[in-house]
Amino acid sequence: MATITAHGKPAEVSGSRPRPPARRPGRRKRQLQNNLTGYAFLVGAVVCFAVFSWYPMIRGIIMSFQRTRRGETTWVGWDNYERIINDPSFWTAWKNTFYFTALALILGYAVPFLVAILLNEFRHAKGYLRILVYLPVMLPPASALFLFKYYAYDPSDAGLFNAILNFFHLPTSEWMQSTTMTMPAMVIASTWMNMGAAVLIYLAALQNIPGELYEAAEMDGAGIWRRIWNVTIPQTKLILSLMAMLQIVATMQLFIEPLILANGAGTQDSATSVAYLIYQHGFFQNDLNGAAALGVIMLIVLAGFSFVYVRLTAQQD
Amino acid sequence: MTQPEFPKGRTMSAPLFRRAVAVAAAAGVAGLSLAACSTKNDDDGSSSSGGKVTITVDCQPVASQKELLANWNADVDAFQKENPNIEIKSVSVGTQCNNPPDFTARLQGGTTTDVFYGYMTDLQQVLDSGQVMDITEYVNSTTVPTWDSVDAGAKATFTDGGKVYGIPTKNYSMGLVYNKNLFQQAGLDVKNPPKTWAEVREAAKKISALGNGIAGYSEYSAGNTGGWHFTAELYALGGQMVTEDGKKADFNNAMGKQVLQTLKDMRFTDNSVGQKQLLQWPDLLTNAGAGKVGMFVGAPDATTAIVTQFQGKYQDWAMGPMPGQDGPAKATLGGGEGYFFKKGLSKEEVEAGLKWLAYQKLTPGKGQFDYVRAKPQNNPVGLPQPQLFTVGSAAYGQELEQRKANANVTVEDFAAFENNPVPVKVEPPNAQAVYAVLDAAMSAVLTDSKANIDQLLKTAEEKVNQVLATGGTGS
Repeated sequence: MATITAHGKPAEVSGSRPRPPARRPGRRKRQLQNNLTGYAFLVGAVVCFAVFSWYPMIRGIIMSFQRTRRGETTWVGWDNYERIINDPSFWTAWKNTFYFTALALILGYAVPFLVAILLNEFRHAKGYLRILVYLPVMLPPASALFLFKYYAYDPSDAGLFNAILNFFHLPTSEWMQSTTMTMPAMVIASTWMNMGAAVLIYLAALQNIPGELYEAAEMDGAGIWRRIWNVTIPQTKLILSLMAMLQIVATMQLFIEPLILANGAGTQDSATSVAYLIYQHGFFQNDLNGAAALGVIMLIVLAGFSFVYVRLTAQQD
Repeated sequence: MTQPEFPKGRTMSAPLFRRAVAVAAAAGVAGLSLAACSTKNDDDGSSSSGGKVTITVDCQPVASQKELLANWNADVDAFQKENPNIEIKSVSVGTQCNNPPDFTARLQGGTTTDVFYGYMTDLQQVLDSGQVMDITEYVNSTTVPTWDSVDAGAKATFTDGGKVYGIPTKNYSMGLVYNKNLFQQAGLDVKNPPKTWAEVREAAKKISALGNGIAGYSEYSAGNTGGWHFTAELYALGGQMVTEDGKKADFNNAMGKQVLQTLKDMRFTDNSVGQKQLLQWPDLLTNAGAGKVGMFVGAPDATTAIVTQFQGKYQDWAMGPMPGQDGPAKATLGGGEGYFFKKGLSKEEVEAGLKWLAYQKLTPGKGQFDYVRAKPQNNPVGLPQPQLFTVGSAAYGQELEQRKANANVTVEDFAAFENNPVPVKVEPPNAQAVYAVLDAAMSAVLTDSKANIDQLLKTAEEKVNQVLATGGTGS
């Protein structure tokens, strides 16, 4: 009795003569030909990843155990790690980076979600508003940060933010020249620059929520906050957790903000980030091997975050 | 509110999300890739076949530096006419020929030109990269006719273990650069610049009293430049950054404290250094070009940068010697630039490179010393530096005579600097790492009225000792 497989082709009839081995390669060849387009699409991505991500990563790991002096490269075991951990700015850089990440989670994570909810409520001019929110993303990051540096964070009363604070008779700040305001100022600029992309992703997620859930909640007498808490957040939990993880990964690589806003380390090292320290070692201190070691440490930390995320979400499933 | 409905099960699944996140995390380590993305490439276009030698040389001026670029191209044409068997291929690497990150990237990537520009302090990095050639056997008074006249100190900065790795082409030492216009407006004697830090303080107060956002004195405190100037100012007081054996920090003392205290007093007691701090080289010179800076510590070529890159005017600027504590400075920080030769060049290519450098950089009346050509241009003639030739040598005499005869800046404006030479001291070992540490102290005294100088110096000392103890990092 012939049975039909899931692919619609007749399966082997039980008890029939075994297929000659010579026919197998032909079948494989046909399968290969059938999937050729798929493989062709895959090649580009694999080559790109291999050349621009995996190779540098493996090379970086190798370099972190080597030292090049006078053109001679030698294996030095953990020496680079020991040196980089003893770098005077190592712990400061980690402390600053975690602080930025935490602040960004409070401000940079919540604000785009709330803006997305707000935009989702608008019935008119939705497209224009989305463009408006997305516009800062289109600005080159360096240009956006120079705008903040020279116009918003000017430490004198002529600065935009200080002028606003003055208008409301509030105390002004020296922004990037203040050790306490450096990080919040960088988070504000970073949030403004990057919010647009997150808002669009949240908007897409919000529009996936079935309308009847809101209708049912409204019939049960739920107000706006209750609807957000009991319908919106549970329905977008997956995208929210993904965005949280992506944000942690992105903010841990804090680099261009200190480089432009704080001219590098900032006042008393208050802006030094791990990525900036890598840059210092690699490009100013003739220490590419130390930079590679710090890069590997960063990779391990981020992989740790990623692992925790996977475990937590697996438990939720 | 109407929500579009999506069939269940068509959204991305949780495991897929997790995989996406894991990939994003793994792919996101830009820093790791940053350090590892260096590959060697020997295909640089140089050749020496068929009797004609072709070499690539960098630091050609960029298109916006019209006159300098025209001069360079004219030099190349004239040189090739004189040497028909040599072809010079010029490469531009930006207005600042050695922007450290770019320079490191070229060096590590093996993409430097055959003859490549570098700072005197780059020797260690260049040696470690394995990209440089020992040119000892090729450098002599035949290949470089003025070689015996070149300053021995400048030569030494490109020499390691008795081997020559580069040719010095410019040198500098620091002094006090000041704006004559602002001096006049503040009622100060233009011909008698401050000679001590107390006098600098007094002058800065008067200049900043002019208002209009003018800083009487301006100072760096970011991007390692703060530590660089701390070093220069410490040298002026007679101090040193590290002990003679190079193993310990040596600035946590009365002199180090004096440097920081003076700056802090100028910022918060006198309010004479402006409110905007965390300045780096282009920030300060931009302000200077705009006429907003009364004085700053710098070398004579800072005025060239102010004019050619930051829209200033030569006639506004003058220079005095580095101020000291109670009298002339005990020492001043010096440095300079030159050219290295890429490893693997043939004898003919090295000799062609030396011939070009001798022509364009080390011959009075030619190339950078062609003062007749530079005089009508927007290029300064008459600045006291570079002073590449040993005093008393034939080349020194020729260069000096032509410089004075064709001066287009007021030589007297730099006489106080030139006539009061201060002993030159070079940068400390592991300079960039040490400077990065001292940036924190400099930025603190310029931005925090409550900065504790004793604590800042103690912390900086511990950190520099850590840098030195772990073998430093090279440059």
